[in-house]
Order: sequence, then C-alpha cells, then structure tokens
Amino acid sequence: MMQLFRRHPQLQAAALMFPGAFWLIAFFLIPLAIMGVISFMSRDALGDPAPPYTLNNYLDIFRDVRFNPSISLDGGFTVRLIEGLYVDLFWRSLWLSLISTVITLLIAFPVALFMARLPRRYRNLALFAVMIPFWTNFLVRTYALQFMLRGNGPINTLLRALGLAPIELLFTPTAVMLGLVYGNLPFMILPLYTSLEKFDWTMIEAAQDLGANAWQAFRRVMLPLVSPGVVAGSILTFVPAVGSYVTVDLMGGGRTNMIGYSIAQQFSTIANWPFGSAMALLMMIVVTVAAVLYFRSSRGEQRTIV
Amino acid sequence: MSEFAVEMHNVTKVFGDVVAVDHVTMGIRQNEFFAMLGPSGCGKTTSLRLIAGFERPTTGEIFIDGKPVGNTPPFQRDVNTVFQSYALFPHMTVEQNVGFGLEMKGTPHAELKRRVMQALELVRLPHLATRYPHQMSGGQQQRVALARALVNRPKVLLLDEPLGALDAKLRKEMQLELKTLQREIGITFVFVTHDQEEALSMSDRIAVFSRGKVLQIGTPLEIYERPNCRFVADFIGETNFIEGTVSEVRNGFAVLQSNGRTFVGRAGENVQPGIPAVLSVRPEKVQLVEQPATSVNSYDVRVMSVAYVGSDTRVVVRLGEQDIDVWEQNSVSTLDPNYFFAPGETAWLTFPPENALILTD
Repeated sequence: MMQLFRRHPQLQAAALMFPGAFWLIAFFLIPLAIMGVISFMSRDALGDPAPPYTLNNYLDIFRDVRFNPSISLDGGFTVRLIEGLYVDLFWRSLWLSLISTVITLLIAFPVALFMARLPRRYRNLALFAVMIPFWTNFLVRTYALQFMLRGNGPINTLLRALGLAPIELLFTPTAVMLGLVYGNLPFMILPLYTSLEKFDWTMIEAAQDLGANAWQAFRRVMLPLVSPGVVAGSILTFVPAVGSYVTVDLMGGGRTNMIGYSIAQQFSTIANWPFGSAMALLMMIVVTVAAVLYFRSSRGEQRTIV
Repeated sequence: MSEFAVEMHNVTKVFGDVVAVDHVTMGIRQNEFFAMLGPSGCGKTTSLRLIAGFERPTTGEIFIDGKPVGNTPPFQRDVNTVFQSYALFPHMTVEQNVGFGLEMKGTPHAELKRRVMQALELVRLPHLATRYPHQMSGGQQQRVALARALVNRPKVLLLDEPLGALDAKLRKEMQLELKTLQREIGITFVFVTHDQEEALSMSDRIAVFSRGKVLQIGTPLEIYERPNCRFVADFIGETNFIEGTVSEVRNGFAVLQSNGRTFVGRAGENVQPGIPAVLSVRPEKVQLVEQPATSVNSYDVRVMSVAYVGSDTRVVVRLGEQDIDVWEQNSVSTLDPNYFFAPGETAWLTFPPENALILTD
C-alpha cells in the first residue's frame, strides 16, 4: 500500500480526499441536484412532485410584483422599490440579516480586540469563554432568550420595578434581530480574533509616527489589514441569518417572517415541495451573489490609492 | 533654534517593577549623528520610544528643539522613526507607504507626488514606486522605511536598530549610505544599536547605556580611548583587565598593586589610593619583547598560543594566573616563521603607562 502510494502520489491524494469528497457528494451535491430537479416539477393529485417540467415555480415567486417605492419602519427599517409577497420576504430577509450582521460586527469587534490584546496565557481562557454557549443546545438557548423577553419576564419585571412601562419584545422584529445577533456572535468573534491576534501593533505606531490620529490609524491601517477576518465573520454571520429558521420561529412567533421560515413551511404544512425548492435555490443564488459582491468590494478596500 | 535637537532631563521610565530608563540626562545636538549603544535591555530602545512619544516618562521631561513634549502624542511630534522591523504597511505600495505621512498632513496631491518621488530618488528606489513591500528585498524595504520617514522632513530621525536584519555585506553598505544621507540632508539622526563597531564608525557622539543608565557620552575616540568605567571599557572593543588595589595617584597617573606586581596607568574618574580598581589595557596597546625592559609595566610571561590572522598576530600570554591578549601588527613582510613567538616560549610583556587606564570597578 505505502509503496503504491510512493509510486503514485496522485493515488495517495485521492485516498486522502475520498471520505470528505464522498460525504459532500452523497449528502450535499446529490440532494441539491434532486432539489434542483424538483424545483422545475409540478404537483400530482396527491400534492407530490411530478412531471410535467415547468418554470412556473420560479415565475410564481415574482407573479405579484408591482413597482411601489417606499420606506417603512415595519419589520426593521426597510427601503424598497418593488412590492410583492415573496419579493418582500426575500428583501426583508436580506435586510434583517444585513442589519443583524452589522450589529454583530459592531459588538464583536471590541470583544475580539480585547481578547487579542490579553496576555497570551489569558487568551485561551477567553476563547474558551466564547465557546461555552455551544455546550448548550441552540434550541434550548433560544427558549431561554424567549423567556427573558416575555411580557412578565426579567426585562419587563425590571422595567416595571423602575416605574417604566413594560414593552412588547417577544414576537417582534426586534426579538428576531436580538436572536440572530446573539446566535451569530461567536461566529463573528472567532474569525475577527484570529485576524486581530496576528495583527502587528507596530503598524499602529508607524501610522501614528507618520501623523495619523487614532481614527486614521484604525481606518487606514488596521481595518484593511484585519479585513479578511471582517469578511469571513460577516459571511459566516450573514449567510446563516438569511436562511435562519429556529430563531425566526421562536423569537418572531410566525409574525416576523423570513425566507428560511417560509421555505420550511412550503416543505411541511403547505407541502408544496416544487415551490419550496424553487425558493430555496433562488435564495442560494441571491446569497451567493451578495457574498461574492461583498468579497469583491472588500478586496477593493485594500487597494485604495494615495 | 535650541542648541539641542533633543534633550532628556532626568528621565525615568518604569514598567511594573522594572526600571527601564533610570534618571537619564542627555542632550543631542542639532544635526548630529548620535548613537545610543548598549546590550539588549539596557534602556536604549525605551529612550528612543520616549523621544518618539510611544511611551511617556514616569518622571522627568523631554524637550524636542527646546520645547517640552511631555503630553504631545506621537502624531504631533516633529520626529519620525525607522522601525527595527521597518513596519511598512503591507497593503500599500511603496509610493503609498512613503506618501502616508504627507497625506495625513493634508499635503496637496501634486506636491505629495513630487515629494514622494524626491524621497524615493534619495534612497535610489524611484523605479520600485508601484511595488508592494513583500515584493522587495530586506535592503530595499529598509530604504523605503527611510524614505517614508524622511519625506516628512522631521527635525529628528529616530532609527531603532535599522540595520539589524541585514546581512553583513549589506550592513556595511547601508552604514556608509546612512552616514552620507545624514550629511546631505543635515538633520539630527538618533541611532539605536547594540553593535559597537557600527556605533564607532558612524556616530559623531555615542551614549553608552547599561541597566537603564547612561554611563558615558562622548565621541567614538573618547569612548574607546578614555572609557570612564569598567563596563564601557569592556563593552567597546577588546581589552585586558587586571584587578588590584590602588596604592598611589599622582599627576593623572595611578599605581595599582596586583598579586605582588605593580602596574602604572592613567587614573580614571574617582580613582583614589586604597580603593579596589582595574587596569584596562587593549590588546593592540601592549607589546611582547625578547629582552627584559627596564621601564615600568614590564613583566615576564609565557606564550600560550599564537594565531596569525593576516593583518596582525594574536598572541595569548600567561601573566601569573591570568591570560592576556596581545595583538601585534604585522608591519614587516616576512616568510620566516622564527620571526614570531611560539607557544611555550617566555617573553616580556610591556606597555607605556599612557596606554593603560586604571578604572573604578
């Protein structure tokens, strides 16, 4: 065996790759292809996917679109040009995910910075602390968060004790946002920390030596150099947020709908697999395009001209 | 304009329970090439960082061009630094790196362009303006770091072991280049190094640091020929030490008794009769002769080893219990092996009192 590998290094590479490749092909690419096929199918008398093949599922997503530019504060601050049941859903999902990603980034950056500045022996402890939440099931943690936000939960109890009016938090877009930020925070902190830990602080001294104030040193030197961490963290946060289901279900209570939740309904209660598949694939394309555009723009960031 | 480009008045810097800089007072003159020399951890880099503004003194005051800079942040000080690691911005081209300081000052684009090119010409790199730092050699990066600092026309240029990362040959070249550059542009250079040869060959004056204190400030000649204490004599160049007790001080000379022998040399600072002291005499300032000399400082010794190194012959002789290095210049061209001393032979070691220093320990 070893001899065989020595003589044919390509064989060894193939053997090393096989388990991972097999797993991804069997459990990701094939199901995805099946879903792709289903998205072009119709439904038979029992509601199961069946031929004839059609574009209707995709067209249905845009069937009710009309031009209606507006700004609304419903479901978070939203700016839109066109209106329609599913287009709204897509737009709101992207918008809420974007805002939650920005909030997550703003919270995570100082944390990651603090961790990276700790003496070396405390850094692993801090990393460990960031990962502790993973020891508890996400569903359980989300229920716990639900309890916090309830009408007679700790937050409102505190507000009442301070003589303030209780606020309705649970089953609002704010609650969904809170849930998304909370759930995604570690995925933002970890890549940011990795970038910041490698950051050479002499760069900041060099910038200040050359006349940059703290903001200029951050903006022109630190941010471009840690941007790989910002990009990785943002994508790890944004992509799952767009398709999130558990958080939307438990924190939004069906009142703040997002695309992932809607897709899940197509597969379960509504049992329209072809339409659900079409929505899922479209979402994948939109998110991929958004991520690629983001990658591109952050590259440009590193190449600003004097 | 003040006589001094930089002054440190009784400056102390404490990190936790470590005193990095201990009551340092010194004045660096305008347009001077000033070296801060010492072993690692002696406080020379901390002193440089205090001048740059990266650290604030715990006590004491620093003046740049006569003005106190106690609370002035680094970005408002009229000094620029060449970092040991160069600290070039990896995401910017050479041009962008060099232009950064001017850009921060809001220099108009056309003037910025012109001065960046000027600075790059000064370090002979205008053809590499659009490269990124990682596409350049260590020596080129070093020059970019220099251009990036000099383009701002600082009053003082601070250099933190700038040649430390270069190989020996490049180092020699850059030493010469730095010295020429400093003369051309006529600003003060403050140069941190642990390499005494570098300090001697480049500087107008040298401050020798040890354990946070400045032991001596002087020209290379003064530092080498008249070190004021044992540490400076030992750190700069090679020397032989003979320990003993001072028996007499007269007319600037002192007499040292050591293991029954009597030595005479120039009296250093604070040398008084009765105190323990060392005689310091450099290997090139002693001689080996075959006939016993009648003058003072003449002792019979046994030759232990002889190494011919071309320009001179390095002999180790034993004086009592102690080895003494003797470097004899090969001023005669000969192929006769008998011209040189051989191991095992006896000889006489001698040196005039003016060639030796008697220093407090």
